[in-house]
Formats: sequence, C-alpha cells, structure tokens
Amino acid sequence: MQNTLIIAGKEFRSYFGSAIAYIFLVVFLVLTSVLFFELQKFFVVGQATMRDFFGLVPVLFLFFIPAVSMRMWAEERKMGTLETLMTLPVRSWEVVTGKFLASFLFLVMTIALTLPLPIIIASLGNLDTGAIIGGYLGLILLGGSYLAIGLWTSSMTENQIVAFIGSFVICLVLFLVGVDIVLTSLPRWIIPFMKGLSLGSHFSSIERGVIDSRDIIYYLSVIGFFLFLNVRSVESSRGK
Amino acid sequence: MIEVRNLTKRFGATVALDSVSFDVAGGEVLGLLGPNGAGKSTALRVITCYIPADGGSVRVADHDTMTQSVEVRRQIGYLPENAPLYMDMGVIEYLEFIGKIRNLNGPRRASRLDEMIEVCGLSRMTHRMIGTLSKGYRQRLGLAQALIHDPPVLILDEPTTGLDPNQIIEIRELIKRIGEEKTIILSTHILPEVETTCSRVLIINEGRIVASGTAEELAGQAAGDQKTFVTFKGSAETIEPALRECEIITDLSLIESAQGKVRYAIGSNKEEPEETLFNLAVQNKWTLTELRREAVSLEQIFTRLTTQEPIES
Repeated sequence: MQNTLIIAGKEFRSYFGSAIAYIFLVVFLVLTSVLFFELQKFFVVGQATMRDFFGLVPVLFLFFIPAVSMRMWAEERKMGTLETLMTLPVRSWEVVTGKFLASFLFLVMTIALTLPLPIIIASLGNLDTGAIIGGYLGLILLGGSYLAIGLWTSSMTENQIVAFIGSFVICLVLFLVGVDIVLTSLPRWIIPFMKGLSLGSHFSSIERGVIDSRDIIYYLSVIGFFLFLNVRSVESSRGK
Repeated sequence: MIEVRNLTKRFGATVALDSVSFDVAGGEVLGLLGPNGAGKSTALRVITCYIPADGGSVRVADHDTMTQSVEVRRQIGYLPENAPLYMDMGVIEYLEFIGKIRNLNGPRRASRLDEMIEVCGLSRMTHRMIGTLSKGYRQRLGLAQALIHDPPVLILDEPTTGLDPNQIIEIRELIKRIGEEKTIILSTHILPEVETTCSRVLIINEGRIVASGTAEELAGQAAGDQKTFVTFKGSAETIEPALRECEIITDLSLIESAQGKVRYAIGSNKEEPEETLFNLAVQNKWTLTELRREAVSLEQIFTRLTTQEPIES
C-alpha cells in the first residue's frame, strides 16, 4: 500500500513536471466553458440548469482521458524504464494502482476546477443541487472507468498514439452501446443487456440525481476489471 | 550467492538461453561475455525477475526468482542496458523516489543519497534534470540508483557502452571498488573490461556457455594456439631443416624471407619455448634478431569460441 502511494506521488508530480498537465487543464476548461456557454446557448435558453454540461463532458472525456492515460505505460516501455521499475521490490498491482491513483487524482482535480460553473449558475437562479452532486459523482466514476480502460490499453503498447486510439475506441463503443439511437436499431431482447453494459446509460441515471448503488457498483467493477487486466498485461511480459 | 540451474528461455521459435547453469559465489565479480544477441541480457533479466524463465531455476541469496521475486529484487541492484531513466525528473528527485521504494527512510535515506552522489561523482549534477545529462552521467546515475539500498548483489548490463574512454576507465574503477565487497555480474562484449574488472569470466554464445574460468585459465586452455615469432640471419635452406628436427616445434611456417633474414611463426608443445629456441640458435651459430612469444589474448579465445565449434571446459 505504501508503495502504491510512493508511485502515485511520483506519477502525479510527473504530470506537472512537464507542461502536459497545464495544457490539458487549460484546454479542457476553456473547451467545456466555450461549448457550454456558446454552443449550448446557455444564455439564450435562460435556464439555471447544468444538464447540458453533464451531457457535454462525457463526450469531451472520450478525447481528454485517453490523452491523460496514454503515456502512463507506453512511455515506460518505450524508454525502457519499465525494466528498472519492475525490477524494484514492488508488486505489479502496487504499480498499477499507483498509476491509476495518480491519474485519477489529476482527473478529480480537473473536474473540481469546473466547480465555479455551478456556483455561478446557482447565483443566477434556482439550481437543483441533487442533480449537480449526482452529475459530478457520475463524472468522477465515468472518468475513472475511462482511465482504467486507457491505462490498460497503454500497458499493451509502446506507442502512445496506439494507446490513445485504442482507449478512445473502447471507451466510445462502451459509451455508445447504451445510447438511444443505437438501442433502437437493435433487437429488443438485447436492449437491457446493452444498457447494463454501457458506460453511458449508467451515467444518465446518476446525472438525474438518482444515486443508485447499482450504478456505483457498476462503475467500480468496470474500474476493477480493467485494472485487473492491466496487472495481467504487465505481468504477462515479465515474471510475478 | 547466485545459483542458475538449467535456465532456458525461448522467444517464439528462437532459443535465447539453452539450459544454462552457473554459480556466482559471494564477493565474486563475474563477467558475462558474448557477442551481441548471445543471450547475456536475457540471462540478466531472468535473474533480476524482469522476465520469467521457461525452464530451470534461479536462486539469489537463497530466494527463488519465481516464487519469492520481491525478496530477490530486494537483494539486487540492477542497471539495465543503456541506463533507462525518467527524463522529466530531477537527479535528486529520482534518487529520492528509488530510495523510498527501496524502503530507506528518514536520515538513512538522506545519508545514502549523499553517499551515492559522492561515490558516483554526481555532485555537480544535483540540480539538473535527467533529460539534460550526458550519457556518462546517466550511466552514473543508473549506478547510483542500483547501489542506493546497499544491495549484496549488483547486476550491470553493459555498464560502459556509449561512454568515452575516460568515463570508461572511471566506471571500471568504480565497479572494481564496489566489487571488493559485493557480488557482481556484469555483461559486456568489450574484452578488456573483463580482464580489468572481473575475477571470473563466462563466455556465452547462442544461448550456451562455451567457456568459463578466470581470464588466465581461459588463456591457458588456448595455450596450444600461441605462436612464437623468430627471425634469424641466414637462408631458409640451412635453417629450416634444423628447425624441423627440433622436438618441441609442432608447427612451423615461414612468414618472410628478405635481406638475408628469415622469419618464422612457430607453434610449440612447450609453454615457454624461448629457451630451447635460443639454445638452438647458439648451437648452430645463427644470429637471432627476434624472439617473441605472443600470448593468446582473450580476444583470440573469444573469437575462436564464438565463431567455431564450442569446446568443453
């Protein structure tokens, strides 16, 4: 556990060691704000609601999160530092959870930096606090799932671009299988199954402010499952 | 300290290591010698628990690499080939990180860190980012990283590649000093390196051990190959028959004959044939202008072993 924290600390600092973290943060915040206020016509609609925001961010996450996770393992493989790292007296799961924790912390930080948005909107009108809390919880869980997927794909290649595209595609597919447009074209019997599987449909119920333990368990198991795959893929290229 | 038994490793169809066995005693500096692609790095990677073996076993300080790998890794300091480091970290920051993972805490970590900077000659580089260090300093930092927890076993994969001649000498001196109290395996394809730093040599070719012993022992095994060069004043017609009669000469070949001198390369069944050859010249009243025995160098043994049939040792 201590090793996990040491690795998480090192990884988290390395986000800020280069300009990457700052670029990500600025781009993400500017993009969400611009899209939210301009494209979604917040001021024209004139409603104190953040529904559009929570519709927008999961889509932005599809690009943003694979970019955050792509270098975590691919870079280690490419630079050969994986060899030094994995011959240190640490267990594979400690390294995997350490890396996840660092990127998760970065994600939570990014999401937290959008908090001025609901605070401002709350001053404009009557904001549904439950939906906001649910929405933010949903973002964190959804983002964490994307991250776990991104880390896993990153662990299988030494090419960051491959890692990015791989996790983008997997996240996109898992997100879309629960979207209504896709569901209507599918045979009826498969719909509940697809909805259960989809990262998107679980998000839409949390986002309404309905915090159901099933949804939380779903996201936690997605994270757990992909972290497990990550440990396996790291171990398959080395000893125990 | 290290026991390698029938170690086998395959990558797809190619056999990187074919039932390799050897021991390294405590305090020994073992040189792993072989051409590129012989399986040196693979062997070191198995010993350091980076990759699993397909067959056989490796024990380091009485711990098995497969079942007690974390314990094994605690005992080992490892410098992989080309010293891979995190380019975006600072020198101190990196050593701090390794120190923490190596479970060095508080004042002990600080004192080990200072010691490593001192021993590895990094004191002028402490404020630098790793990415801005030259190859030589990266290698030193890699060594510092491998030594920080004072491990009983040190494994170095080609520690001097890419360094300039001065740096090579410095790193070798460093290894020699460290080797006085630690067990070291180092791999290299540079021969003088093993002669100057290693107490024992293992020559690997195509995944098999083709020879082992001290540098002198290996040279001794190949004594039959040594040549003595002699030059006499006179003509080949008068000198050669007398040489042919000499018992200790097993192989005679005329190298050049010019300006009233003849030069021969002589293979002998005696280890030091100079005296006999000198007496022979005196008896026949030949004037001797050259008498030089060329000891077989590790280079020659290496070339012979890695290009021809393996010999049993």
